[in-house]
Formats: sequence, C-alpha cells, structure tokens
Amino acid sequence: MHIGPVNLWFDGGSIMDVTVTLTVNGIERTITTHPARPLLDVLREELHLTGAKYGCGEGRCGACTVLMDGRQTLSCVTPVAMADKKTITTIEGLARGDSLHPVQQAFLDEGAIQCGYCTPGMILSTVALLKNSPQPTDEQITEWMNGNICRCNGYTKILNAIRRAATQITEVKIS
Amino acid sequence: MIEDTIAKEMLKPHRSESVEEPNSEIKLSRRTFVQMLGTGLLITVTQGVSLGQQRSRSGQSITVAARLHLNEDGTITVMTGKVEEGQGPRAQLTQAAAEELRVTVDRIHLVMADTALVPDDGITAGSRTTPSTVPAVRQGAATARELLTRLAAEQWKVDSSALNVHNGTITNRTTKKTITYADLAKSKDVAGAFKQTIPSDVTVTPVNQWEALGTSVPRPNSRDIVTGAHHYPSDIVRPNMLYGKILRPPSYGATLESIELSEAKAMKDVVVVRDGQFVGCAAPSSFRAAAALEAVAKTASWKTVPSTSLGTGPHPSSREIFSHLKKNARLGGRTTPSTRGSVDKALAEASKVLIETYEVAYIQHTPMEPRAAVAEWTDGKLTVWTGIDWPQRAQRDLAQTFQIPAERVRAIVPDMGGGFGGKHSGEAAEEAARLAKAAGRPVAVHWTRAEEFTWAYFRPAAVIECKGGLDANGSLIAWDFTNINAGGAAIDTPYNIANTKILSAGSDSPLRQGAYRCLAATANNFARESFMDELAAAAGTDPLAFRLAHLDNPRIRTVLETVAGHFDWPARRKKVTPELGVGLACGTEKNSVVAACVEVGIDRKKGEIKVHQVCEAFECGPIQNPANLLSQVQGCIIMGLGAALREEMQFEDGKILNASFAGYLVPRFEDVPKIDVHLLNKTDIPSAGGGETPIIAIAPAIANAVFAATGVRIRSMPIRDGRLKQS
Repeated sequence: MHIGPVNLWFDGGSIMDVTVTLTVNGIERTITTHPARPLLDVLREELHLTGAKYGCGEGRCGACTVLMDGRQTLSCVTPVAMADKKTITTIEGLARGDSLHPVQQAFLDEGAIQCGYCTPGMILSTVALLKNSPQPTDEQITEWMNGNICRCNGYTKILNAIRRAATQITEVKIS
Repeated sequence: MIEDTIAKEMLKPHRSESVEEPNSEIKLSRRTFVQMLGTGLLITVTQGVSLGQQRSRSGQSITVAARLHLNEDGTITVMTGKVEEGQGPRAQLTQAAAEELRVTVDRIHLVMADTALVPDDGITAGSRTTPSTVPAVRQGAATARELLTRLAAEQWKVDSSALNVHNGTITNRTTKKTITYADLAKSKDVAGAFKQTIPSDVTVTPVNQWEALGTSVPRPNSRDIVTGAHHYPSDIVRPNMLYGKILRPPSYGATLESIELSEAKAMKDVVVVRDGQFVGCAAPSSFRAAAALEAVAKTASWKTVPSTSLGTGPHPSSREIFSHLKKNARLGGRTTPSTRGSVDKALAEASKVLIETYEVAYIQHTPMEPRAAVAEWTDGKLTVWTGIDWPQRAQRDLAQTFQIPAERVRAIVPDMGGGFGGKHSGEAAEEAARLAKAAGRPVAVHWTRAEEFTWAYFRPAAVIECKGGLDANGSLIAWDFTNINAGGAAIDTPYNIANTKILSAGSDSPLRQGAYRCLAATANNFARESFMDELAAAAGTDPLAFRLAHLDNPRIRTVLETVAGHFDWPARRKKVTPELGVGLACGTEKNSVVAACVEVGIDRKKGEIKVHQVCEAFECGPIQNPANLLSQVQGCIIMGLGAALREEMQFEDGKILNASFAGYLVPRFEDVPKIDVHLLNKTDIPSAGGGETPIIAIAPAIANAVFAATGVRIRSMPIRDGRLKQS
C-alpha cells in the first residue's frame, strides 16, 4: 500500500488505529496507534527513546535519522505503519554495553560535537554510509551526509570523525 | 595587572543594543534552597539578594557556598547560571574551577542553569562567559582553596604559607603531613567557612602556570551526546505528561475574533484552553494534540490587519524592506552619533568621495532544536524545563505572567540544542505552563520548525549608508557611517581616520528582531570592510596595504598580517581571474580580533558563487580551551557562509514565505570549503570570548573576492547579483 506524506493523514479520526510490531534496538515492541503517526513520535513519545530528534518534521535536516532494517531512514516522515515488522536501530541501541560503536567513538575522539543535537542523526547516517561504502571518498561522504544539517556548523570536525571511523572500521575488519 | 583588568571588565555592563539584554551578571534569590545534588549530599545554599532588588554585577555578593560545594568523596560541585548550548561553557567553567581548586577536571561536577541551585550569572550571551563568569568561578574556587588550606593550617597549628595544594591534597611542606579535600569535607568547619563572601581581590593562577585552563578538555557530557542519553529540553518526559500545540495567527498582527472549541473538547483525553488570544490543546501525544488543534483552528475567525509595529502602514514585504527601513529611520533611543573632526569639511576637501549604501537581510538563527519546554505545577509551584539563554529570566517572566512569587518558580535549562543568540526569550515555557495549569498535568510544548521560523525573532535587517573621502595621496580622511535598524555592535571603525561620523539609527522593524551571533557586527563589518575595499580600489591600492596604512591597532594588524602570510595574499592576488577571486577582511568586537582571506570561484554561466577556501586568524587573549575555540571558529566561518551567500527571510502580508529548510538554505556538507584556522594565543591580556567575532570577517571577504574576480561590487547580504551571470 502507498502511504503518502504524514500531513495528508490528518483525517479527523476517521482512520482506525492500527497495531504495529517493531523490533527496536533488539526488543520487540507492539504499539496501537494511528497509522500515519510519524515513527519519530512513536519512538520518542511511546517508547521514550528520545535520541532521535525533531529538527524540521519534513525530512530536510536528518536529526531524526534512524536505521530501519539497516537503512538510513528519516523517522519524521516515516509513518509508523511503514515500520511494521521492521527492525529499528536508534542511537540508544548502537553501543554494545559500555563499548561504543566505532562511529560513536570517532565522534568523541575528534570532538565532533558542539550542541550535539544533530549528533545522533550524524552518527547513524555515518553508520549507514560505512555499511554501503566502507572506505568512502570525501565526495561520497559529502553526497551521503548532505541531508544532515549541523547548525553549529561543526562540519569540519564531523568530516574528520567520519574519516576516522572509516579507517578504524576497516582496521577492525582486517584484524 | 591582568587580574585587575579582569575585575574591572566584570563590572562593566555588557553591550546591549536592539535586543534587550539586561546587564546583571550576578543576582540571587532570597530564599534558602535545600537540594539534593549529584553526589547525593544535602546542601544548603543561602542566598543573599532578593529578586527585583538591586543586582550585584560582580561576584562580590555571593558566598563560596552559593558557588560550590565540597563533597565527601573529594569531588566538588560547582554551580553556574550559564547555559550550555554547544558553545562550550561546560568544559570551560569546569576547567576554571579545577584550575583554582588544584584538582583534575574529572573531580568537578558542574551544575548549570537551574534557578533552584545556581547563582544568577546573567544571560548567556555577548561572549560574556569568558570575561565574566570564568573569573567569577575562578575567584570562588580560589577562595574555597584558600579557606580549605586555612582549615588544614588551623588543624596543624601552622601558617597557611607552609602548605601546598596539589590534586586536592594539602601537604605540609615541612612535616609532609597530608590532608585531602575529602577529609576536610567531613568536618563541620567547611560549611561555616564557605558562608564567607567571595572577595573580589582574590588572586587567581597566572596564565603561565595554568594546568587545567589552556588545555583541550572535551565537553564533560559528550559521551551522553553520542549515546543519546543526554536529555535536551525537548527530550524531557514527566510522569503523566501531555503534549501541547498552540494556535498561531495566520499573519503578524492578526487577532482572534471567534473560535469554536467544542469539537476538540469532545476528543478523548484532550485539554483545550482559551484565554484571550491564547488557544492551545494538550493531548497524550503530539499527533493527537495537533489533530485537536486542527479541529479548533478550522473554526477560528481572524481579523488580519498586518501592520508595522509603529502603525506606520501596512506590513512591508521583504522586497520593499530597505526602503521601508530608510523611510522610517530615526535616532535610536540608546545611540547618538559619535564624531571626530569634521566629516563635512573633509568630504568637501577630498580628492575622491565615495557614497554607497549597503543592505543586509533579516536572517534567523535556526538552532537545530526549536523552542521547547515542559511545565509542571505542584502545590502552586511551577517547574519548567526549557531551552532559554537565561533561566532566571524565565523564572522572572513566569512569575509575572502567573502572578506568583518568583520563589515559587523553578526554571531548569538542560544543555540545549543551539541558540546563537536566538533563544533569549522563553515563549515555549509560558505556553507549556498555561496548558499545564489548565490540564492539571505536566505539559510539553515543542515548537515546530515553521513556528520557530515565524514566531521566534530575527537578526535585524539593515540599511547602511557610507561616505568616504580620500585625499590626493589616497589616504582616507573622511568616514561617515550610518546603520539604520541593525544596531551598534562593532560600528566604530578601527581604522585611523581623522574625520568620522558614526551613527546607529533605529527604524520601524516589521519583524520581531533581536540578538544574533555577534549582533549587528555581522552587518556593520560587512559594510565597513566592503567599503574599505571600494576605497582601496578608488585609491588604486592593494586592499591589504590600504588597510595596514590606516590601522594602528596592533592586535588587528597581527591577525591581518598572519592570515595574509598563511594565505600567500600577494601571490594569490596576482592569480585572480574573472572566475576566481580572492578577498580579505578584518575586524574587532567583544575584545577579540579577526582577519580572513577567502578564495571564491564564480560560475559565470549560472551566476553562482562557490567559496573554495577560508583562511582565518583569530585572537581572543589567552586561549582557555584550544579545541573548543577551534570548533567555535570553524562553526562561525561556515555559519557566516550561509548568511553571506543564501540566508534571507522572505515575507509578505505579515507572513513568512520561507519558514522551512526547503526555502531557507543553511550551509550543508556540500558547502564546506577548505578551512585553515590560525589561533593566536596572546597571553598578556585577559581572555575574551571566542564564539562570535570569528563570523564577522566572512561575508565582506567573500564580497571583496567576488569584486576582485568580476569587478561587480555587491552591496547586499546575502551576496547575490544578476550581473554575475553572463550568458
């Protein structure tokens, strides 16, 4: 079924709630809600996973980025019905216990954080990038990451963090 | 002496202009707060000056206990009213306390921006944390260290001068006996000693002995940022909380005439509030709150008479804004023209006179996190968690709105998602509090991006009129500079000119305007440094040589010469083509100095400007955190590119036409140029803040580079011109 932009689904309550089942950060969750409700709202307001952020509500800033079945996904424009039976990874699910994901570690090591509000989206976009292109060129990084806005404009250090993460992930695989 | 200068600097009110920025640095609320802090210890902070009474502007009137608390595990809780929004005070103030307490930074736990716990350190703005709050924290920490040393000396019956303090341990140099802060924390004497007021003349560690300051300490909670564990204002969840949405007028100045609430009120678990012009809905999810608001919004009847704030006529559009501002120019309330020599006489005698007008558009800060708040009423007391630059302002404003004593309001500002001068006001907190009061439950209000773009405030637009006169030798002898509407930051010329007249005039702003990163300095420096380039061209002189010939300020000369050297200015200037230009600009504001060289490429088919490289030198005294300062300078450079090339509010009939990232184009990865930053560490003056001034050289350097390449002088910001396009 085709599901259009979320804002077309304000319907005065005529559409019935649906029950969706998602696996979020390894835990299966069942939610009954309006099918057009943004995945971002469900994560934040029902599951209290507030790591994914609202930045624009129209998929133009990347702050809400999560991984859905491993793919970079803008959760603010993803109706929750589209996430049914999908596996979602949010920033809260990226580390393994106390051990940070190499991309998280690279952002820390490079000090690639100012206010940090864009950081979860930046990190998850980077994870998806490196899955697709383990050793991206700068042009590939720019193209892939261009949907993620940092208003502190800390792009220089974020680029350094992405390059560092690429190196480290490659090294881990080799060793 | 440096420290004397710091103390004097602290007493100065900080600069205010078109946005109201009260200049209190420290003020305290009267009541005694008893709170549980990080380590679980009960502390009592007795505070001295009541709200609304005379405010102290230095650290003199607060006690050591109001600034810090010694915990029994040897850690120290330090309290500040400053707000972390990405600019770095959490690390910097932690370093400041660690430096004077002689402990490592991991021993400091910094509590920020909670009116129940912290002293009022003034608004987080104007680059004031470094020159005001860092010294205040250092003086508090140094006093605490001296008091602790004195307690040890009393226990050992020796003179304090016989003791050393290192890493939180006090050592008797003779007997080698030691006692730690943790040991002393257990003694009752500490609480008594910390009731002492922090003296203003306490000696702090000189720059050449810094151990914690001057190092690249990372933001202490950065791990929580990368794991998503940190809760921003919009992430706060309270038990039983509802999500609220507020009805907005269709245009500025529109008033609500009638509305029907019944349909929304019939919705399950929905609370609907109308109080005059205020209408809001709260529901268990923001999706349902939005649906309820849709239901009431469609019944609203509005009287839409968009007009200007002065009622001078209909609301002008962004196309006619500059003529509107010029037509309504008037002397500002707080500014008078400053003059030197006689500009009129010098212009009459000049060999060449240039008269030009520059225009600067309204832009917005667009922090990643729009305004957000959670409000909770308990027993007539209000607690809010919100994103604002000054928690005590939120406290004061809420107390006034709800007609309750300020003591019954607690405002907490969790480290928030950006501000850049755009979060001086606390609308979301008031909206959340109104809804929460009616609902009898906590309510969160999260502004949408469109709301932030429309109902927050803007960097002022400006019309800047410049006249300059050159004598027969090509020296600048007359300078007449009037900024209409934007304000007076960095309006004074740093150049050595015998006859000057400088004026910041007010006007009738159709948009709500306020502070922005470096205030009006972005506009004033754009016009000044562009016009200096025009005058250099008129004089037939190289822009660098022309500036240096009129520049006495040794700090600006140093950054200018440094950046020109690194950029290889003379050689690069010779390589300019119609498609490739280089430009430079410099400036000073907030006691720091900056200079930048840029290289731009111009696509003459599309008429587009692409910035290839920015080389910038910046100096703000002794550098307190090099990595953070680098982040601030890099961020200023790229933020400056956005304002220089693309950002502009478009409006018509009292409506914002581009209230979205689709129509308001901020810098993205693809816009990032090659950036070379040169931070100069000047250790013989006090440290100044570094998060603002680095932005002011970018736009004029780009305009100057475009002129160098194309001969087209663009006197507007954003820098765009149809003449760049050649078919």
